[in-house]
Amino acid sequence: MFGYYMDLALRSLKRHKVLTTLMVLSLALGIGACITTTTVLRLLSGDPLPQKSSQLFYAQVDPNAKEGYIAGQTEPPSTMTYVDAMFLLHAHRAKRQAAVALTSGKIAPQRANERPFYSDGVQTTADFFGLFGAPFEYGSGWTAADDEGGSQVIVIASFLNQKLFGGANSVGKTIRMNDHDFRIVGVLKPWSPQPRFYALDLGGHDYGGDGDAMFLPLKTAMDLKMGPQDIECYDSVTDVNNLAAAPCMWLGVWVELPDQAAVADYRTFLANYARQQVAQGRFSRDETALLDLMGWLRDQQVVPDDVRLQAGLAYGFLLICVLNTVGLLLAKCLRRSREIGVRRALGATRGAIFGQFMVEAGIVGLVGGLLGLGFAELGLFGIRHQPAEYASLAHLDLSMFVFTFVVALVASLIAGLLPAWRACAVAPAPQLKAS
Amino acid sequence: MEIRPILASLRKHRIPAMLIVLEIALACAVLCNAVFMIGQRLDDIGWPNAIDEQGISVVSVNGADPKLAASDIPRDLAALRGIAGVTAAAAATSMPLDRNPALSSFTTTPDGKTTVNTSIYFLGSGGEQALGLRLLEGRFFNADEYADSGFKDFNSTGHVMLVTQRDAQRLWPGQDALGKTLYTNGNSWTVVGVIADVLAQDPNFSGPGGRYSSVFFPLHPDGVMGDYVLRSAPQDRARVLREARRALGRLEVGAVVDGATYAGMRGDYFADARSMVWMLLLVCVVMLAVTAFGIVGLTSFWVGQRRRQIGIRRAVGATRSHILQYFQTENFLLGTAGVVLGMVLAFGINLYLMQSYEIARMPWYYLPVSAVAMWVLGQLSVLAPALRASNVPPVVATRSV
Repeated sequence: MFGYYMDLALRSLKRHKVLTTLMVLSLALGIGACITTTTVLRLLSGDPLPQKSSQLFYAQVDPNAKEGYIAGQTEPPSTMTYVDAMFLLHAHRAKRQAAVALTSGKIAPQRANERPFYSDGVQTTADFFGLFGAPFEYGSGWTAADDEGGSQVIVIASFLNQKLFGGANSVGKTIRMNDHDFRIVGVLKPWSPQPRFYALDLGGHDYGGDGDAMFLPLKTAMDLKMGPQDIECYDSVTDVNNLAAAPCMWLGVWVELPDQAAVADYRTFLANYARQQVAQGRFSRDETALLDLMGWLRDQQVVPDDVRLQAGLAYGFLLICVLNTVGLLLAKCLRRSREIGVRRALGATRGAIFGQFMVEAGIVGLVGGLLGLGFAELGLFGIRHQPAEYASLAHLDLSMFVFTFVVALVASLIAGLLPAWRACAVAPAPQLKAS
Repeated sequence: MEIRPILASLRKHRIPAMLIVLEIALACAVLCNAVFMIGQRLDDIGWPNAIDEQGISVVSVNGADPKLAASDIPRDLAALRGIAGVTAAAAATSMPLDRNPALSSFTTTPDGKTTVNTSIYFLGSGGEQALGLRLLEGRFFNADEYADSGFKDFNSTGHVMLVTQRDAQRLWPGQDALGKTLYTNGNSWTVVGVIADVLAQDPNFSGPGGRYSSVFFPLHPDGVMGDYVLRSAPQDRARVLREARRALGRLEVGAVVDGATYAGMRGDYFADARSMVWMLLLVCVVMLAVTAFGIVGLTSFWVGQRRRQIGIRRAVGATRSHILQYFQTENFLLGTAGVVLGMVLAFGINLYLMQSYEIARMPWYYLPVSAVAMWVLGQLSVLAPALRASNVPPVVATRSV
């Protein structure tokens, strides 16, 4: 029966070429727009560390003045002072913990007659690599002793190793950064979580690129006065260069908590710390927060507004396209009232008529989906040539490929419902009489 | 034109009529909001900036030895001024729209509680001319007013500053800003001049209040000054920039030298906004096309269905223009219903967007303008099928089908 419906549908689609083209084109445009924007949206709201994100938490306390504070409503600032961060790190209450700030450094070339260049880097503590599961190609991270001693050691990214040493094992070699010598202790495999969750609100890029080029101990960076990218001070500053003591926030603190009990314990620990600081008069607010990685991404609204607006727009557009298809399908099926009348008179049931029209709608949907896929590829090609920082990431993956056809089929079947229902409601007698 | 028969016939085709109304309504709602967003982006892209945007090129030098800045910067500037076509050159800490916000908070009284966050710029000697700042009141810096390097951390007092007009109004509403004093950390500075509004380093970061909030301080050559501002005639820009990069590359061997025309920097800053405008425009055009084709399709179907009735009307005396008017009026009625629904919907979408995004209230006139656009679109798309209808010969009525 299905084969017969297919045959009927194809005949009917071929008979009204213009109408069919309009339907397919309109559906395809709507689907193309939707798939393009959904791909970008999904990409930007994705999980940067799927294996580990549920165990990673971002700690926040609030050293700001009492002024403007509403208990329970004012969220703590996104970064921490050195004093608070060091306390949390040295308490070792989590399985792993690291403080993070962004930096950039001038790297001297290895060969003569090349120019020096700037690279993005991370100032952090020893646990960083284990905490975020950054994979090593050669060597390893530095030790807690390096953190304490401010050793001039460095971990470099795969692409920087490629650029400086042609990809060879460079552990033990020296690179010159900001006119200081650093000993390479580790080389990472290509590692670039998207979004760069640990850099949010520290003044770096959120998406795109190959990731940070170098990682060095926090204390070393401070000793060498490599300022962080972003500093926010909550009190008058006498010496902004003395970041260890200045009333300024510039560090993000991440902790690894393997289970619910550990999370609850850490929350209590953080709250106690804030209350204790209030009692000592250092804090005036006892607000704290401990968000998991995905919660932190949501809190930071990491997906740009423009992308969400575009997605909304695309869905509105798809709705218009589906309405359009409903109209055209309806027009087509009403024009065929006589044919339906004949089929009904010859014994076709209402269900058979309904099925026949749904098959026709489904074919329009599938062809629309196929063409829509083309439009989506075109749209993503356009997005890759946009100036946005996530541009290079916009690619169609397998799940979106499948999703395209699901959307196309669902949209076309919904569009086909009303016309098919009208078609099967056609009474055979008057149609036959008229001819 | 009698509309009762049209209404009667629409009642018989309720579902297709409703589809057209809905489609027009949705298109109208989306169009309103998209056009409003396009307008806002274009507003942003066109923010005025009272510096010589067309004549400036900026060469940045990063990673030079700060201890040598006092001698290196004058040497570099001498080389830059020697380039043919350069009319002024100066060192500066940052540039408007360079996306590196440097903000500091000031108060208008020594013990002031309410602070104002302002973009800060330090200029080397000749910086006013190199940027092309426009003086509105007071004067520029005197040669003896350039401060030593302690100043950049605001640890030195008694110096002078320029403020933008917008900042002057924000800090001292209704008063003359000249001679007034600003404070931070117990240090103070005197305003000697008010200049036309210059954009902040990152206006999107500074927010609407801080967009034109900028203050300028005079500073001796110092390691924090990473930008050389060059001014030339716009047609010399590209060559001047090329030669300046080459010259600085030779002089500053250990540093990273980069450069751009100011027009290019401005273009970069608004690149995202511009691409959003193109995307919105594209969606609007495609959406209107789809809507138009939908109307053409359904009306053509109606015309086909009513050939006999049209023939009868023609046979009993209706002229071609009567038939044409019939379909146009019918489309006008559907369009009106769609537009009314669409305006309500557009207003609702705008309210939702205001809550969820940083989007302003849509001015009311966007609604009637979009409404008229949808009407025109409807009339244009109905024209072809309506003309076809008006060409149906009366003889059709006499033929039995």
